[in-house]
Formats: sequence, structure tokens, C-alpha cells
Amino acid sequence: MSTKGRIEIDQELCKGCELCISFCPKHVISQSAKVNAAGYSPASFDGECTGCAICALVCPEVAIEVYRG
Amino acid sequence: MAKVLMTGNAAIGEAAIRAGCQCYFGYPITPQNELTEHMATHLSRRKGCSFIQAESEISAINMVYGASLTGARTMTSSSSPGISLKQEGISYLAACELPAVIVNMSRGGPGLGSISAAQSDYFQSTRGGGHGDYRTIVLAPSTVQELADLTHLAFDLADKYLIPVIILGDGMLGQMMEPVEFKHEAPTELPIRSRALRGAKGRSSRIIKTFTSNPAELEEINWSLFRRYQLIKKHETTCETFKTDDARLIVVAFGIAARIAKGAINNARANGLKVGMLRPITLWPFPTEKVQELGKSTKQFLVFEMNMGQMLEDVQLALEGKGEVSFYGRPGGVIPTPSEVSKVISRLYYQKGLKQ
Amino acid sequence: MEKIYTRPKSLKKAVFHYCPGCGHSIVHRLTCEVIDEMNLQERVIGIPPPGCSVFAYHYFDVDMAESAHGRGAAVATGIKRAYPEAIVFTYQGDGDLAAIGTAETIHAANRGERITAIFINNAVYGMTGGQMAPTTLLEQKTTTTPYGRDMKLEGYPIKISEMLALTKGTVYIERTAVNSPANIRKTKKAIRKAFQNQIDDLGFSLVEILSPCPTNWRMTPIEAWQWIDKVMSKEFPLGVIKDITGKQDAD
Repeated sequence: MSTKGRIEIDQELCKGCELCISFCPKHVISQSAKVNAAGYSPASFDGECTGCAICALVCPEVAIEVYRG
Repeated sequence: MAKVLMTGNAAIGEAAIRAGCQCYFGYPITPQNELTEHMATHLSRRKGCSFIQAESEISAINMVYGASLTGARTMTSSSSPGISLKQEGISYLAACELPAVIVNMSRGGPGLGSISAAQSDYFQSTRGGGHGDYRTIVLAPSTVQELADLTHLAFDLADKYLIPVIILGDGMLGQMMEPVEFKHEAPTELPIRSRALRGAKGRSSRIIKTFTSNPAELEEINWSLFRRYQLIKKHETTCETFKTDDARLIVVAFGIAARIAKGAINNARANGLKVGMLRPITLWPFPTEKVQELGKSTKQFLVFEMNMGQMLEDVQLALEGKGEVSFYGRPGGVIPTPSEVSKVISRLYYQKGLKQ
Repeated sequence: MEKIYTRPKSLKKAVFHYCPGCGHSIVHRLTCEVIDEMNLQERVIGIPPPGCSVFAYHYFDVDMAESAHGRGAAVATGIKRAYPEAIVFTYQGDGDLAAIGTAETIHAANRGERITAIFINNAVYGMTGGQMAPTTLLEQKTTTTPYGRDMKLEGYPIKISEMLALTKGTVYIERTAVNSPANIRKTKKAIRKAFQNQIDDLGFSLVEILSPCPTNWRMTPIEAWQWIDKVMSKEFPLGVIKDITGKQDAD
């Protein structure tokens, strides 16, 4: 039974670099179709997260908060 | 306290220590090495104080910048070519309103030049010297006693106005030995300024910088600096007059040249010539008003300096054409004699028909 | 659920002006995490360089002052000598530390100044538009080496960290990268150790961090992060270059 987790990605801080998408071991992050105020397509989260926080670790914008438990 | 016999260079160092200088960063260059060595001997072991012989004059001025950030009284010294290297650092000090004392014991230039005394750094000192619109207070001592007194004053002015202060001496003043009396004891506690970076304890974090991507912001910084410069002009302009009351010809000279000129004027007076001298002590702010005041009764001025004519321009600007300005200069580190200058004075006096 | 990851306290909440995928903001964040964990926020004085990170003071919530290009090590020296209680760090790019600042860096290291140097190596001059840096690789194209860096004309990428290791005043130099989760964790450990050495009054410490510059490398963020593994770290190998502190890694 894996630990449940979830993340919150700040849609206005995200610059759509896709690094979190590339590093997420569970592939639960993807690029959304929206465009934010700065003109970037931010990442969005949907799926089974383990709360490993690798996405937050690699995110250059400190746009991701991670919850676990 | 009693008078002691000291070289000019050592007197500056001693005065700085007594003014509470905490950090000295310098680099060897003739003719000011005795000052650096005095600090190595007498400052480096004082409690809380620091001496570094840096790897270059550039590094030294940036160490000064760093020490000044923390609120400490700090100083560097060099001679003409080394002062050229410091210009970027001085611009940063002025921009960030950081006090510091910079001593230039100037020598012949341009280039590597000579090691003999000259006054060819007047423009460099009074017009900013580095990039951008800024000024530094420039003090021009002409005796070893004045080197000591003005060094002490320099630290006070720097802290009062949050501005770098340049002491513009020269190789002769630095090397000559004269009796000097130090009017202050070294403080037991080092003075620390309040606007400083000492870690954001009990207050929000502080940023000291001027770079901005908004020109309007930088414009306001410039205006604000110049408003302060107006205050300095009003309150700190200093000069000395010598036998100017009835003078028909006024010699304008600063620093070591003023010493030589005094001798020449005494000769001239002994021969019945009515000559006097104006000696600016603050080169910036320049005693413009005093020149204009003297210009009301005296129409002939002789600017005498050991360069190709630099303070000359400030005298011309001050008079605004209401007087005639002649020039006598020796560049390259040549030291004119009083009798040489006295011949120049006589010749000019007669040429301009001042005898009757 | 419990929040297990959030912005460090000493990192101001501001939108980073850095490009997508840039390494600067990661290093800023790691440094702030270290400052928080070591309780240094009230003691730290930071000196950012001219360069992309000139605005570092918009992000670090600590006392900071700008420096002239390359002079960070001298400024930090002045601060630390005048006020030794401060914890002083410089944050410098490759041109700042290893071109114009070479003399200041070497001599501060040689004197064993108790400062911490964070050296961001992205093999290019970022802010000015992508010119050659002293650490640009051979054959790497930049705006001033449009045909690729030529050893005969431009010399070789400089190994300033290895050179600094030769100075006796240097106690710790490590080269890390911020291009993968593992490397990011190692970078944080290295930064922590570099600060600890200052607290322990041991000598000069430097962390060289290989950092991606997607914009000037003309790559996507992911490609840039991979290029560090595939190419850049072959020239600049990761690992401890010098450590005479005799202590285990801080954890």
C-alpha cells in the first residue's frame, strides 16, 4: 500500500519548463492546455501521488507544494 | 600632546587610527608606501581592526566597499596610477552612499609617469573620475600638520554626508618630515554607522545597491545625491587667503604648490609687489564664491599648479570672464622653486601694468 | 495530509525573473533552505554579482549588497574582516568569478578568508546575451565563438576550482550540479558544508554548481539538464575536489 500524497502547482508561478513532468516517477503531472498570465502553459497534476516530492525538488519556480500522509 | 617629527605619509596613518579607522586595505606604490607600512605596523594588531595588503588597488577599493557596508570607518591609499584603478570602486561607493577615505599621494603622469610629486590628478579627483554623475569631497593639505588634521576631518565628513572623501596629497608632502601635533586620541570603541549591513536581526533585511532597470528610479537617485552635494557646498567649502587685502595680483595654488607660492609671494612683497594668494583647501567643493569675492577688487589672477592647467579651469569658471587668468605650471613631477615662481610673478606683474 | 514541502522562510515570495529551467532559482532555494535550517537568517550578508542573478536581493530575505563585476571575493573579505560575526557568502557566475574576478577569487582563497563562495557555472555569459565564458567548452558555440570555441584562439575551459584547491587557505571545494534530483540534494549538502566551515572558522569554501542555461544553450529545459550529464560534466567532473576539514558531510 503506497503512501498517499498530493501536490499543488501554483499556476501563475509555473513557467511550463516540464521538468516536473519529466522527473515524476508516477507520471501524474502533465502540461495543461491553459495559458497563464505570463504566457506559459503550466503543469497540472492528476493521479496517484506518493508524495516523493521529486517534482518540488526539481521545480525552479518553487511553484509546487507537496502533501503526504 | 607634544609635537612629534613625522613624515607626511606616517602622519596620515596615525591620524586615521586616531579617527577610529577600523580597516585599511592598500597596495604598495611609490611614493606612499610609508602610509601602508604604518598601518601594517600600528593598525593591524589593534583590537577589532584589520589590515590587508591586497592583491591590487582594485581589490583594495572593493574591500573598502565591503568594510564600509558594515558601518566601519575604512580607508585605502595609493598614488595616481593606482587611483585610476580605483575609479570604478569609488563610483560604486558614491552611488551607494558609502563613506570611505581614499588617499592619493599623487605623482607625475600620465602612464607609469614618475615617482616625484605632481598635481595632475586634480581633474580625476574633482570631476568624479569614475563613471557617472557623482562627486567626492576632495581635501588638499599643504603641510604635514594639515595632512593629519584633514585626515581626521575626512572620516567625519565621510560619515556625516555618506560620501567618499579623497585626500589629495603628493609625493613631496608624503615624504617630508615636519612637526605634527595629533589633537585626538584613538577611540577605545570603534564608531559604527547605523545605516549598515550587519545581519537582519530585529529588523527587515536591507539591500544596498543602485542598479535598477527603471531609469526614473536612477534619475531620482542622481537628483538626491546632487541635493546633498549642494548642502556640502554650502557648509564645507574651505579655503585660506594670504595677503589678499591689497593684492593687485592673486596667485591661486593648492597643496605643495601653495607652499612654494607662499615663498615666492614673500619675495615679491619684499620687492614692493602687492601680491596675495588664495589657497583652496576643499578642491571639491571649490571656493567659487571666494574667487568671485576677490575678483571684485582684484582683476589679475595667476593660477600656479604642478600640472598642465587643471584647477585653472575652475578659477576661469568661477570668474566668469570678470578677470584675467594667467597660468604657470610644471608637469611631470618637476618641483618648481620659490625663486622661479617669484620671477613669473614679477614678470606678469609688470606685463599687466600693475606697478602703479 | 501534512505539508511536507514548501518555500523556505528566507526565500521571498516573488516571481523569479529567470528563464524556464534555469538553475539559479534552484540554487537560491537550496541556499535559503540551508540558511533556515542553520538559523542564519539574522547573520547572513550576501553579495550577488552583476549578471542574471543581479536581482538575487529580490529573492533572498537577508542583508545583501551589490558588487562591481568580479569583485565579490574582495567585497566579502572587507565585510568579514570588518564584522567577523556575519556569515558572508558570495554568489557569482563564471565570468564574475573566473574571468574578471580571477585575482580577487584566488587571493581571497589564498588568504583563507572565512567566506563561502557559491559559484554558478553555466559555461556562458547569460545576462549579456550568451557570450563565451572562461568555462565555455571547446567547440561550444556562443555569440562570441560563433564557429565554436577554438583552442588555438580562445584557449581551454578553465578549471578554476582545481586551481583554487592548490591554495592552502582553501579548505573545501566541491563541484555539484542542479540537473537531477540526486544532484540537487548533493548540492544542498555541499552548500550546507560550505556554510558550516565558515561557522567553524576553518577557511575558504567554494561550491561550483553546474547550472543549466536553456536560453543561451539554445535547448529546452529538459535538454539543457541532460546536456550537463552527457557533455558538461565530462569536462567538469562532479565530486569533492578538496576537503581538508576532516569532517563527515553535514546531513
